[in-house]
Amino acid sequence: MKPDRNTLLLNIVLLAGVVVLSGMSLVWGETRIMVWQALGDILAGRHGAGAIIVEQLRLPRALLAIMVGGTLGLSGAVLQGYLRNPLADPGILGVSGGAALGAVSVFYTGLMQVSVMALPLGGLAGALCAVVVLMGLVGRGGTLVLLLAGAALSSFAAALTALVLNLVPSPYASFEIMHWLMGSLTDRTFTHVWICLPGVVCGMLLMLSAGRALDALTLGEDVAESLGFRLHGVCGMQTRIVLGAALSVGSCVAVSGAIGFVGLVVPHLLRPLTGYQPSRLLVPSALGGSLLLLGADMVVRVVSAGTELQLGVLTALVGAPVFFIRVIMLKRTGS
Amino acid sequence: MTLLRANGVSLRRGGRAVVSGASLTLGKGRVVGLIGPNGAGKSTFMRMLAGLQAPDCGQIDLLGRNIGQIPPGLRARQLAFMPQDGEKPPPMSVRSLVALGRMPHGQMNAQAARHPAVTHALAATGLQNLCARPASHLSGGERARMNLARALATDTPVILADEPIAALDPAHALSMMHLFRQQAGQGKGVVIVLHDLVLATRFCDDLVLMDRGSVIRHGSPMQVLDDDIMRTVYGVTVRRVGDAIVPWALCR
Repeated sequence: MKPDRNTLLLNIVLLAGVVVLSGMSLVWGETRIMVWQALGDILAGRHGAGAIIVEQLRLPRALLAIMVGGTLGLSGAVLQGYLRNPLADPGILGVSGGAALGAVSVFYTGLMQVSVMALPLGGLAGALCAVVVLMGLVGRGGTLVLLLAGAALSSFAAALTALVLNLVPSPYASFEIMHWLMGSLTDRTFTHVWICLPGVVCGMLLMLSAGRALDALTLGEDVAESLGFRLHGVCGMQTRIVLGAALSVGSCVAVSGAIGFVGLVVPHLLRPLTGYQPSRLLVPSALGGSLLLLGADMVVRVVSAGTELQLGVLTALVGAPVFFIRVIMLKRTGS
Repeated sequence: MTLLRANGVSLRRGGRAVVSGASLTLGKGRVVGLIGPNGAGKSTFMRMLAGLQAPDCGQIDLLGRNIGQIPPGLRARQLAFMPQDGEKPPPMSVRSLVALGRMPHGQMNAQAARHPAVTHALAATGLQNLCARPASHLSGGERARMNLARALATDTPVILADEPIAALDPAHALSMMHLFRQQAGQGKGVVIVLHDLVLATRFCDDLVLMDRGSVIRHGSPMQVLDDDIMRTVYGVTVRRVGDAIVPWALCR
């Protein structure tokens, strides 16, 4: 059938884009290197300057862009499908706020001095605490309870983060916190990749398993349940979606900071190309998110002179106008 | 043969009895009309019959087995449910949405959309010319027909429909009721919530009349709908036209 072929073609194009941009992000940067030579050095176990830059800086950065972008795109598509609201984004769960609070607490307590890994681990701890609180609050409640619990958690985490910012003694630490909250992939290493990977993989698998149920849900909860899907309860679709999105997004925010608009814009742009079917949107959204973040990260590296532009700032600068354009189109077409 | 049987089913919400000791029996080849004034508990009772809401007490058996103990996947192959006021559908094509009815059989996407049951359901509901149209562009009546087509595509022995003709013009309402009768003629059992008593008396084998959460009368349309009950339950006087009973004037 046509839409199946279209979706397959879209996936191939997006995957090719991810592969090309990944390759380019290894080549592109402040220091010019011969990438083939650097890759040859890595394979041969030699420690040339190019090999070190690729292996320790650019490769983990590209991998994180793929993982974080993919997670944000996928969780945006899943949450929009589940809540049947095209304006839902991963931030509504409040887990990003929890991860940010965890990381900010590391700044405040001075644990940053103990190890560089204290920051992502603190973020991960904050995210996991937020997941536990969210799951406890939601229980067997429906989408309204989920939205309320997410809003409560998000507001509380934001209030505590503001409190920490208020109490932090050094203006330098304040600046560091603000900078981190804007989101970035600069100076990330393979340790960050390993910290983020388990949550991302588990979360993505949980979310991808909900595709069929999301399709059934397009006609309402009663129809989905009558078609044989369990929505609530321990093994229900809501648990899989919330746990999956929370785990993966929390893990990503812990290593990259808060990067907005990817989860909102990517599914929104790709939806018309997938026949508006939620299950068909999942893989393209993950690939599209990776593609967008790889591209944005490359732009950040090249455009920045002196102070590096933060990745989250760029995605917001690019993402917000997309909505302006959509508003204008909506007013013109009326649909 | 009994396909669906509810026995003394009750449900309380917020300290109020929404459904109280309701019973219903659906046999093979029968169309049962569930009638009653607004707020009588019909939709809640239907959700319980569909296995979507567990009763506080009483039992519901689907094909001889307690519905609460039937795995959801198997239940979906035995019973199709059309809820009241389905949500506004997304801009997916009508055929794709009707093909969702094949999900309980493990069929998805192109495989489901090509299935003969989907094609038959689209034809039976008169949607074959609209099957490529985005469902969000359908009128209320077309949407009701699409929901019926989705339920028919599952091809279950039991069909439950909650006010399926509420948004339909007289011609389409008649044609949908004929369709339900046709399904019963193929050996299926159908329960329909109806407010149109003329169509209820004409197309249903049995009526179950609910008021304030309880089944107050059940049997053939002529046994259920007499002048007294119409006056006390609905607050209207009636006039008989052939076999049908037509609400005529509001009681003062």
